[in-house]
Amino acid sequence: MTETFVNWGLSYDWAWFLATVAGILLIALPLMLGVAMIIYADRKIWAAMALRRGPNVVGPWGLLQSFADGLKVFLQETIIPSAANKGLFLIAPIITFTVALLAWAVIPFNSGAVLSDINVGLLYVLAISSLGVYGVVIAGWASNSKYPFFSAMRAAAQMISYEVSIGFILICVVLYAGSFNMNAIVEAQRGHGFGIVNGYWFNLLLFPMWVMFLISGMAETARAPFDLTEAESELVAGYQTEYSSMAFALYWLGEYANVLLMCALNAVLFFGGWLPPLNIDLIPWFEIPGVVWLLLKILFFFFIFSWVKATVPRYRYDQLMRLGWKVFLPISLLFVVLVSGWLMITRYGGVA
Amino acid sequence: MVDLSQYLPILIFLGIALGLSALFVFLPMGVARLTGAHNPNAEKLSEYECGFPAFEDPRSQFDVRFYLVAILFIIFDLEAAFLFPWAVSLDMTGWPGWVTMMIFLGELAVGLAYAWKKGALEWE
Repeated sequence: MTETFVNWGLSYDWAWFLATVAGILLIALPLMLGVAMIIYADRKIWAAMALRRGPNVVGPWGLLQSFADGLKVFLQETIIPSAANKGLFLIAPIITFTVALLAWAVIPFNSGAVLSDINVGLLYVLAISSLGVYGVVIAGWASNSKYPFFSAMRAAAQMISYEVSIGFILICVVLYAGSFNMNAIVEAQRGHGFGIVNGYWFNLLLFPMWVMFLISGMAETARAPFDLTEAESELVAGYQTEYSSMAFALYWLGEYANVLLMCALNAVLFFGGWLPPLNIDLIPWFEIPGVVWLLLKILFFFFIFSWVKATVPRYRYDQLMRLGWKVFLPISLLFVVLVSGWLMITRYGGVA
Repeated sequence: MVDLSQYLPILIFLGIALGLSALFVFLPMGVARLTGAHNPNAEKLSEYECGFPAFEDPRSQFDVRFYLVAILFIIFDLEAAFLFPWAVSLDMTGWPGWVTMMIFLGELAVGLAYAWKKGALEWE
């Protein structure tokens, strides 16, 4: 895009800056639109599984429901509780939403179509998703109210617990791909399975890791069945109890943006990202742009997230911590040993 | 080779994302003033504890197990941080690198087993 602006007569630096800003808006604005539509999709899928119709009044098939909700929330009064720490109370939703957007800077949408192709992309995603904890904890603490505070403690413990196993799962993927660069990880999956399957998901050593990553992703983003942070029967609405207006909505937007990010990571790390599912030219599907494949995979995983939300009862907190520390952590640690050992024998060391 | 110029777009993204988020928080506050929705009173601004006035300072106490989880997280995240460079350079370090890391992992597994036996991972 930089070349286009240069051709318009701009200096290279300005052209680069404009192209970058355009690229950022090209990611951020469709992402926000996508989040609005995905909330609608979530309610529709959830409703369909409960044998009823979801939102179907606002707009054709209820397509404008999320926008109506957004407008309603926008026009509401922002209440800042008198006991709250005002600065932190307002900063918390800003942190949450900023962080949720930022992680998308390194997701590759096609070969080379990535905002910033840093060579430690996966590490960056891990770091950014860790920062999401701050928004939640600050919100819970600044509210100066019991239920948000309890919820924030829970959310922090839950997110960091599952981040440990996610870290080890990512190491398994990196061991196979040999790089932290997101594009390199996708490329390493080309024809990984007998030269025809693009992706790590069918690999017997990585398939259990993918299942654990999917479940950890649900716990990390506090989706059902791990939505203990907003368990409405005990914590009212979780850490956002005291929030209102758009600050409240930002938490939902951020949460769904994080869910989409988890779906995208599932696709990029285990299902070949923007590559078509098979590496053989059965139908001319190499003509289909990579971004379409990536979006289809993201939607597929989002459907799984919705499906789980509609069908699985909520975990208890002790069960959640047990699963994270006593099941996922030892298993992922074991698989780091297995995967690296297997790679040493087959790829690096030979049976020496 | 570290290509630092690739980080500049992230910095610009940070600025734009911060601006967007701040706009989302502060714009409705301004709009509410204009539309007359802004109408606070003491009852409305009190904290919500299911209708009762707050019994005590909500920040007064919390369960020490959260503290334990946080410390365990720091340990294991640090362990992961040691694994990252090892994972991408396994082809260069070969068997000595692999064996060394297995010893390191073994020691941490002992630590995990100790925490487990001591009941640090229990939530009854």
